Amino acid sequence: MTKARTLYEKIWDAHVVEQRPDGTCLIFIDRHLVHEVTSPQAFAGLRAAGRKVRRPDLTLAVPDHNVPTTARRDAAGNKLPITDAESAAQLAALAKNAPDFGIRYIEETALEQGIVHVVGPEQGFSLPGATIVCGDSHTACHGGIGALAFGIGTSEVEHVLATQTLLLQPAKTMEVRVEGEVGPAVSAKDIILHITGVIGAAGGTGHVIEYTGSAIRSLSIEGRLTISNMAIEGGARAGLIAPDDVTFAYLKDRPYAPKGDDWDAAVAYWKSLATDAGATYDKTVIINAADIAPSVTWGTSPEDVVPITGMVPDPASFADPSKQIAAAKSLEYMGLTPGTKLSDVEVQNIFIGSCTNSRIEDMRAAAAILKGRKKADNVKWAIVVPGSGLVKAQAEAEGLDKIFIDAGLEWREPGCSACLAMNPDKVPAGERCASTSNRNFVGRQGPGARTHLVSPAMAAAAAVTGKLTDVRELMA
Amino acid sequence: MNPLNQVEGRAIPLGLKNCDTDVIIPAHWLKTVSREGLGKGAFETLRTDPDNLFDSAEFQGSPILIGGDNFGCGSSREHAAWAIGDLGIRVVIAPSYSDIFSGNAVKNGILPLVLPQEAVDRLMEVAQTDPISVDLEAQTVTTPFQDRFRFEIDPFRKMCLLGGLDEISITEQSDAAIAAHEEKISSNQPWMIPAAQ
Repeated sequence: MTKARTLYEKIWDAHVVEQRPDGTCLIFIDRHLVHEVTSPQAFAGLRAAGRKVRRPDLTLAVPDHNVPTTARRDAAGNKLPITDAESAAQLAALAKNAPDFGIRYIEETALEQGIVHVVGPEQGFSLPGATIVCGDSHTACHGGIGALAFGIGTSEVEHVLATQTLLLQPAKTMEVRVEGEVGPAVSAKDIILHITGVIGAAGGTGHVIEYTGSAIRSLSIEGRLTISNMAIEGGARAGLIAPDDVTFAYLKDRPYAPKGDDWDAAVAYWKSLATDAGATYDKTVIINAADIAPSVTWGTSPEDVVPITGMVPDPASFADPSKQIAAAKSLEYMGLTPGTKLSDVEVQNIFIGSCTNSRIEDMRAAAAILKGRKKADNVKWAIVVPGSGLVKAQAEAEGLDKIFIDAGLEWREPGCSACLAMNPDKVPAGERCASTSNRNFVGRQGPGARTHLVSPAMAAAAAVTGKLTDVRELMA
Repeated sequence: MNPLNQVEGRAIPLGLKNCDTDVIIPAHWLKTVSREGLGKGAFETLRTDPDNLFDSAEFQGSPILIGGDNFGCGSSREHAAWAIGDLGIRVVIAPSYSDIFSGNAVKNGILPLVLPQEAVDRLMEVAQTDPISVDLEAQTVTTPFQDRFRFEIDPFRKMCLLGGLDEISITEQSDAAIAAHEEKISSNQPWMIPAAQ
């Protein structure tokens, strides 16, 4: 009988090309996603060494970080120029590098364009059991469909382009089991914020986290992608959720997904990917779903999570002295004082988007709260950025764009946008943003910007009241 | 890549816990198509303070940086390693790193050296006034006060850093094994190849 294995071990074992005496393995990479920010130096490296891309057929390039979210074509249908010269240069580099090296490329005006982590699953390019990499830490996202997916640096991007492999040490395994039913208005985002608060920003370092339990199993693919997306916020390079019938139904008939007999063979294989009974994890954390409330961050680390009904903590309340110092610094940056109720904190900006929360369900959740309501006057800037052109088209077919616009929010073109403020979408210094993105780091949404991470419904509620708000109060 | 073995000099006592790569190099510096010159943007938000460590006469150009727990967490941007390298830093010392940052550091000839918190605390103290020595071959950190800390490092990483090796050339020697794996997928799991568009 073979040894009982976890999902991670099964995927790892299936991709070992070679094992070195020190335990390092050469791992085959099934899918490589490329965007404009972390790839130019890798392509330059290939050119300098006279190397080719080994498997252009396993590589997909799409621009997302830098693209403006304002109109990309004028009324006559002509492409509009990108005014930021540096962004334009990076986008031009990808537009040249992809065809030069024979890589599939989705240009920024294509309907299929979007955030690379939304596009991969949506196109059926990302598949269960595959190893997927991208020069972006939120590659962890694709673990939501059961792929072993992780972010890599630019040297590794070059390494994968040249060899379709990576040299890696096996990770430890960690199970985060969420059992039970969540309460009303508690979304996948609230679950992952809560998990990050429990395990800490370094809780999963050196590990791959498998999310299990009935609360995870009952999530849609959109929700599972949101969970796995933020594995990296808990320090884990990758997250995993075992593929099941929900996964197969989501992927069937997607453009790059297997078809016909190939599909049946693929599903048969994917069904073998669950963690075996009797397999053990290096670490297990169990969370009761009923304990999870709509959640919000107060500080500058994604571990700084409290329920919306909670208060800004006193740095002295933390046991770890280095956390006390970090919390005090966070509060100074955030302009918050201990004991303040989160629901009393005013916000001037709303960002609904990012690879964490820009899929159709996220759009629907935000629109459900905003329907028939208006944004508060103190909210100066509120944008909704769908994750892809296809999400945008679907939302418009459902009339969601009109709900957002009627409520006073802006409906934008797809891209990474104000999640990391590389394009013109930035939160002004000293102002607050209720944001559905994944990181509340210092300066992440613009120099001096203060980020509160929330779910799409919570961001919509904050837009309506002008302050962080328990969305349950708007759902009577 | 420049080989690295012994490094001696003043160490910047930063010590910040959860120092993320947005702090190391803010996103607006990522709009470059080159690896060079990112030292200008390194730790930009901390350096708006005129009394910051990085620009002080004492620590400018220091080859060692002391960080806190979970150093380099967050974004995978290798620009963080490039920016630190461009400041002249060859060794970072911290209790722990994010997995992606430590890999990026090694690939750029920077040693992400791990020591327990107590040892890091002691080095933070020494760094205020005196230099620190790092010996990769011997896997030790020493101070003028007879402190001697041994550190562990993955043997492959050690070899790459000592030799300044290019990982792609090493992997290319495994070309036949990679081809065999590709052949296995083509015959056993042909559906793994993306459907043609």
